Amino acid sequence: MNAAPNKKANGKAETLLSVEAVSLSFGGVKAIRDVSFDIKKGEIRAIIGPNGAGKTSMLNVINGFYHPQEGTITYKGKTRNQMRPHVAASQGIARTFQNVALFKGMTTLDNIMSGRALRMKCNIFWQMLYYGPAKKEELEHREFVEKIIDFLEIQHIRRIPVGKLPYGLQKRVELGRALAMEPDLLLLDEPMAGMNLEEKEDMCRFVVDVSEQYGTTIALIEHDMGVVMDLADRVVVLDYGRKIADGTPKQVQNNQDVIDAYLGVSHD
Amino acid sequence: MLYRESGLFKTSYAADQVIFPIPQDRWGILAILAIAFVGVPLIMDDYWANAVFIPFLIYSLAALGLNILTGYCGQLSLGTGGFLAVGGYSSYKLMTSFPELDMLLVLGGAGATTALVGLLFGLPCLRIKGFYLVVATLAAQFFIIWLFYKVPWFYNYNATGQISVVPREALGFLVTTQRADPVVRYLFVLSIVVVFALAAKNMVRGRFGRMWMAIRDMDIAAELIGIRPYMMKLTAFAVSSFYIGVAGALIFAVWLGAAESGETYGIDESFLVLFMIIVGGLGSVLGSFLGAAFIVLMPIGLKNLLVDGFGMTAVLAKHIEITAFGVLIIFFLIVEPHGLARLWQIIKEKLRLWPYPH
Ligand SMILES: Nc1ncnc2c1ncn2[C@@H]1O[C@H](COP(=O)(O)OP(=O)(O)OP(=O)(O)O)[C@@H](O)[C@H]1O
Ligand SMILES: [Mg+2]
Repeated sequence: MNAAPNKKANGKAETLLSVEAVSLSFGGVKAIRDVSFDIKKGEIRAIIGPNGAGKTSMLNVINGFYHPQEGTITYKGKTRNQMRPHVAASQGIARTFQNVALFKGMTTLDNIMSGRALRMKCNIFWQMLYYGPAKKEELEHREFVEKIIDFLEIQHIRRIPVGKLPYGLQKRVELGRALAMEPDLLLLDEPMAGMNLEEKEDMCRFVVDVSEQYGTTIALIEHDMGVVMDLADRVVVLDYGRKIADGTPKQVQNNQDVIDAYLGVSHD
Repeated sequence: MLYRESGLFKTSYAADQVIFPIPQDRWGILAILAIAFVGVPLIMDDYWANAVFIPFLIYSLAALGLNILTGYCGQLSLGTGGFLAVGGYSSYKLMTSFPELDMLLVLGGAGATTALVGLLFGLPCLRIKGFYLVVATLAAQFFIIWLFYKVPWFYNYNATGQISVVPREALGFLVTTQRADPVVRYLFVLSIVVVFALAAKNMVRGRFGRMWMAIRDMDIAAELIGIRPYMMKLTAFAVSSFYIGVAGALIFAVWLGAAESGETYGIDESFLVLFMIIVGGLGSVLGSFLGAAFIVLMPIGLKNLLVDGFGMTAVLAKHIEITAFGVLIIFFLIVEPHGLARLWQIIKEKLRLWPYPH
């Protein structure tokens, strides 16, 4: 995590990712229809929309878990028809899930350490000895992970299997695991869902800090409009798989299509 | 204040990452090792070696191997008997083809051969999960046993179809056949098991252990953080088979002295080792030992108690033993899937806070 200056002020930041005319369907269900948008380096980009709008599917397309039938994804200047999960991971895309996808039987520390998987290379024979390069590597990464643990204020649950933690803390550990990847692009799927007010405030603070201290680009799905207004630089709005608005929080908030979508005005 | 974690402030992550961070654990392990290496040999004779200690140690090794694949990586296998057989038969072929070979190298070769066979059967298993994986490993079990029975080359065209051990040395000590000193055989097996257990402990607390457990707990999320599920499952198959292969070779060469594929390494063995890790604790190195101890020792204890103590017939005692087995397996599956190792941990946690429970 190299500290980078905040680029929010810079109006013409580089594009990190752009999604071009992407369509995705599951059998008859069209989850995403011809959606294009971009994410600029250093910004917090919110993706909002009613339930079933296709937000999660969009993140899944970006990190290669779903493969769209049409359209292209350009990430770091390279255009692809689809991403592959391990390519996305090795190219610096990390993510958290709507329904927490932690390794339940492992401790907080091990979960976050596993986020370093791609950066640890020591072979299995040194591992069996736990000596020399294996020990050195483990310690280096442990130090890095401890910084994340301090940052997220979860020192006290280091040794607890995450399956036993309350939901709010699990979400925090999951963020920690994603941060351990030192991502360039961090995809957060409803990181505050199911949290109480205090936990939400903490999480907001972490998201802002990650963005400001490390310059990480963030794509954020969130239902709480207050949070979106506070955090996001730009917002893209999906409804029934279509993009219906794209702009600053202010612009989007006053957009008639968006208001209709949220009020459930029928269309087609 | 017998057993304490609190009050110990670790000054570095290195201190926090030693193999047994709590001093009482360290002393406990050292005491057990001292007893095992110095105390136990004093009472060792052929009965204790063949009936208790050697089978316990060998099954601990097999259980460790299966625990890596099943407990840590989450891939349920019923092929253990078959892989034990590969270890046994390959050690026999190595011993008879290269009479000069030290037993340590024979065991290494048997392990490596079994690891290769494990990889071979692991490959088609990569894309399947759960029930289908169990069926595939079961097929491997039957295929391997059939192969060793059908192809006479494996048993050097013996008329009996059996393989029998020949005298071989490890570092100058005779360790095979009944001519070997029981103390030497015991110490030989013990040393090997200790080394393998340390290696296992080191693997599971490091990078490979985390990647295996990640695959076990949620393979999709593991993939999205850059862990390759295929690679990790294959390494688990290979490492696990290596352990089981060495155990299979020890069963034949050091414990029984003779083997016959279906008799020695049948499907019963697959279940026995699986029960050991269920009772002992899935995903626990300690649990592999506890489970093996329990399942090797329980029949002996029960027989002594029921037949010699209460004067029951051996047949009735056997029935009671089988029933008790079944009940225990079900108990652990439902009540405590982390097995004896978890129960031990709970006791330790209680001790840690004693005498103030809060
Ligand atoms: N794997 C899948 N198989 C079939 N249909 C799917 C799959 N994933 C998503 N869908 C469908 O695609 C549509 C969009 O789903 P998605 O999960 O992306 O919505 P969302 O915007 O994240 O909604 P929510 O706010 O409820 O999380 C829904 O109709 C959903 O049923
Ligand atoms: Mg969603």
